[in-house]
Amino acid sequence: MNLLLLVLLLPAAGFLVALGAPRSSPASSRYWALGISLITFLASLALLGWFDRSLGGDQFTVDLLWIASPEIRFHIAADGVSLWLVLLSTFLTPICVLLSWNSIQNRAKEFYAFLLLLEFGLVGVFLAQDLFLFYVFWEVSLVPMYFLIGIWGHERRIYAAVKFFLYTMAGSMLMLAAIIYLYNRAGTFGYAAILDQLASGRLAFTPYQQMLLFLAFFVAFAIKVPLFPLHTWLPDAHVEAPTAGSVMLASVMLKMGTFGILHYALPLFPAAARRCAPWIAVLAIIGIIYGALVAMVQPNMKKLVAYSSVSHLGFVVLGIFSFTQLGMDGAVYQMLNHGITTGALFALVGLMYERRHSLEIEAYGGVATAAPWLSTVFLITTLASIGLPLLNNFVGEFLVLQGAALANFKWAIWAALGVILSACYMLWMYQRVFYGELREAVRAHMPDLNLREWAVVVPLIAMMVWMGVYSKSFLDPVGKTTARVLEQTQVNVPYRVDLRGSASTEVSRAR
Amino acid sequence: MPASPMFNPADLIRFLPEIILTGMGTFLMVLDPLLNRRESKVYGTLSLATLVAAILAAIYAYSQPGPAFGGMLMVDGFATFFRVLVFGVGILTILPSFSFLKRQQAETSEFHALLLFSIAGQSIMAAANDLIIIFIGLEISSIASYILAGYLRDDKRANEAALKYFLLGSFATGFFLYGVALIYGETGSINLSVVRSVIVGPDAPLPVIVGVAAALMFVGLAFKVSASPFQVWAPDVYQGAPTPVSAFLSAGPKAAAFAIFLRIFMTAFAPIGHAWMPLVWASALLSMTIGNFAALLQTNVKRMLAYSSIAHAGYVMVALAARSQIGTAAVMFYLAAYACMNVGAFAVVSYLSGKGEQYQDIEDFAGLAQKQPFIAAMLSIFLLSLIGVPLTGGFFGKFYIFKAALESHLVWLTVLGLLNSAVAAYYYLRLLVMMYFREPGDAASSAEPLTPAFSAALILPAIGTLLLGIFPGWVLDFAGRSASLVK
Repeated sequence: MNLLLLVLLLPAAGFLVALGAPRSSPASSRYWALGISLITFLASLALLGWFDRSLGGDQFTVDLLWIASPEIRFHIAADGVSLWLVLLSTFLTPICVLLSWNSIQNRAKEFYAFLLLLEFGLVGVFLAQDLFLFYVFWEVSLVPMYFLIGIWGHERRIYAAVKFFLYTMAGSMLMLAAIIYLYNRAGTFGYAAILDQLASGRLAFTPYQQMLLFLAFFVAFAIKVPLFPLHTWLPDAHVEAPTAGSVMLASVMLKMGTFGILHYALPLFPAAARRCAPWIAVLAIIGIIYGALVAMVQPNMKKLVAYSSVSHLGFVVLGIFSFTQLGMDGAVYQMLNHGITTGALFALVGLMYERRHSLEIEAYGGVATAAPWLSTVFLITTLASIGLPLLNNFVGEFLVLQGAALANFKWAIWAALGVILSACYMLWMYQRVFYGELREAVRAHMPDLNLREWAVVVPLIAMMVWMGVYSKSFLDPVGKTTARVLEQTQVNVPYRVDLRGSASTEVSRAR
Repeated sequence: MPASPMFNPADLIRFLPEIILTGMGTFLMVLDPLLNRRESKVYGTLSLATLVAAILAAIYAYSQPGPAFGGMLMVDGFATFFRVLVFGVGILTILPSFSFLKRQQAETSEFHALLLFSIAGQSIMAAANDLIIIFIGLEISSIASYILAGYLRDDKRANEAALKYFLLGSFATGFFLYGVALIYGETGSINLSVVRSVIVGPDAPLPVIVGVAAALMFVGLAFKVSASPFQVWAPDVYQGAPTPVSAFLSAGPKAAAFAIFLRIFMTAFAPIGHAWMPLVWASALLSMTIGNFAALLQTNVKRMLAYSSIAHAGYVMVALAARSQIGTAAVMFYLAAYACMNVGAFAVVSYLSGKGEQYQDIEDFAGLAQKQPFIAAMLSIFLLSLIGVPLTGGFFGKFYIFKAALESHLVWLTVLGLLNSAVAAYYYLRLLVMMYFREPGDAASSAEPLTPAFSAALILPAIGTLLLGIFPGWVLDFAGRSASLVK
């Protein structure tokens, strides 16, 4: 049995079994979900062990025929970027199970079943090597999240869930049209085969076609990232989702968008991507500053963290569209960092909500006195989030800014403003929540971390420190893969575009 | 080719499914006075057995493919596909009707006899290769359906539905018959292949007249499949008719009408495809848009499903507009997937609606997931398939349709169609929201326990939906091979 297949199928099997579990005993569902997600995580760790770091290409390939005509293959493989994103998903799922241990009492069986289905969809999105399969996983991951928000969310959950579903659906319909168009031109859904055809010139698009196709893919991904001005679903979905939903949404689901841009939109349509890069970079910078400014005035902690996500994801997009090795490495690293740090922030806010039953900053004050350990952990996470050296976000933001500076120095200056702003809103929030006068309501309802909660936060903190101190252990495989993407977006450009007839001669020669 | 006077024993085998259905339908009518009126289980069970036998007969007939009765019928893969499809729809209509008829205290043999007659008509439509036979099949199917729509005769809405359906349906058939008459007058034949060869031949009639004939038939058929702008009857009829009948109407007659649509327009009128394609294009876009946007505003679930079925007819029209063999295969696949998911969804509505069908509002689905998790899960599968989420038949159906459309360079129709299906997601989601995100209301709490027949009525289409979504190749291969037979 291929290890990668195991990592993908374990959550799916877990989902099916969890569906059949008895309704009467939520504990059995909890333990089952915890067990299966931990085993999946261990299996993915083994994946890490066997991953050949000297290669940037696809590894652990599984390639089976799914549908004969039109040929659709169940083709999965991991490269240096998707490996980490899969690990991020499998790492956070058991943490989410632990986070929901007490807070999800109502219909617990379905909750854990959907959580496992979500893990299956997410892992599949990162591993699919067939455009059709990719689309299937992309949509499949939508359904469990819809239910997670809609059933177990807060007051406005239904509005948020439907908005989330429709936004993503509208984007992915455009992507589906583009995928079918690609298939009709290339005769295959196999991603590697399509790239080969593009590289050899057997498949070429006019600049107009390429631009439309790029935009169809890009809009679907940009909605998911979310890139300003397509971000409006995100604050609603994040605020209304249950804690585990927010964590999975912020940490992994948003990465589906940035991963898609890096893995599909750029290599498939390099010329269009480069033409759009200045515009997209500007949107990313607007997102960075806008997200930070809006976060600053939020009275609600979860909303603040949600808007900070808009800001942080702006860095990722900026890094990718700098078209530099440093920027792309930084972007991928920032995807992982954001997954860990913002995941931790949502988790901690969720823990505080369980105690005080409020997300309003005003309802708190003086928490540091009542729950010193919780406050310490929150402080470390806050510092990581604002990019303190020796913690993870610093490395990623630094690389992105470097890459952006190489591409266009003004971008780096404006983006750096976002770093400063993030320090303002995060520390201001920390100050208002954790310092100041200790309120009676807070004192009465704010016990410190218990054992289960320690089990949630310790791995997250450990990752923040590790990724901040020894980034090399992560960046090596990432660099190999981003170098390949970068190469694909450079070398093939003249081959792929009929610019002033030069490419058409290449095409005819290739034939 | 004029009908040959020679009688061929193979003809009877090729006509066996229809013989079985009409024979049993007549027998049920005779049986009724002999039996106690309360024995509806007998009628239902007999009808089920008849339909299973008809499926086997259709498959057996396909072992000897070829024309029957001098080319009036054509038993090929295409015909067999649609025969099995309409028989399957019949089975899925009868299964939930056991408890439905009992609840309405309307257990008679007429219901089942009419259903079998209607299905026999559709089976003839599926295999017809001759304009008169097509017309006969259409009439058998329609007249039985008119009565079925008004089957609950004390119900005002059912009466309205039946009357509306009958009047408008007769008009549509009239249009169709006009078209047939024109074609016969101009080409001297009613056989589709002959008509085609005359149209492209040296003595071709005036293109205007052929065009008018095609347009008249288009009107008649567009009415039968409830495609815009001839869809106005559908919401009232689907809402007023007894729910199992609505399920039947939305899948069976529609599939058969699409079958003859394909037969006529892809064979006889294929040479003038460039002329009728814009018509189909516009009708497809209108149906999708009107169906989806009107469905957004509905509060009655049956009415919402009626509008959604208009939209789905629009998707199928997209594949028709592609005018290709792949398009034909896509139509066939889609209709199979659509039959599973739509009949399944209607079955849930009929289960929940209660006596007198008072629970039909979207609000009545509130909290179904907590009271009836199994039924809610089944309905979720159907709804996700209607939305077009991957791993369901509805997704692959849409995928094949839009793939066919793009291959025929219908880029705008594809983009607008796909955006339409994003709009559609909203109203299907409303039902999911009700079932899963709301607290239970009266309807969910007062629902009866599940009977085995009813469970089967949900599980069978759910399995069909998932199989078509996970292993679409099985059906698609057959559809692809059969589609090439339409020439």
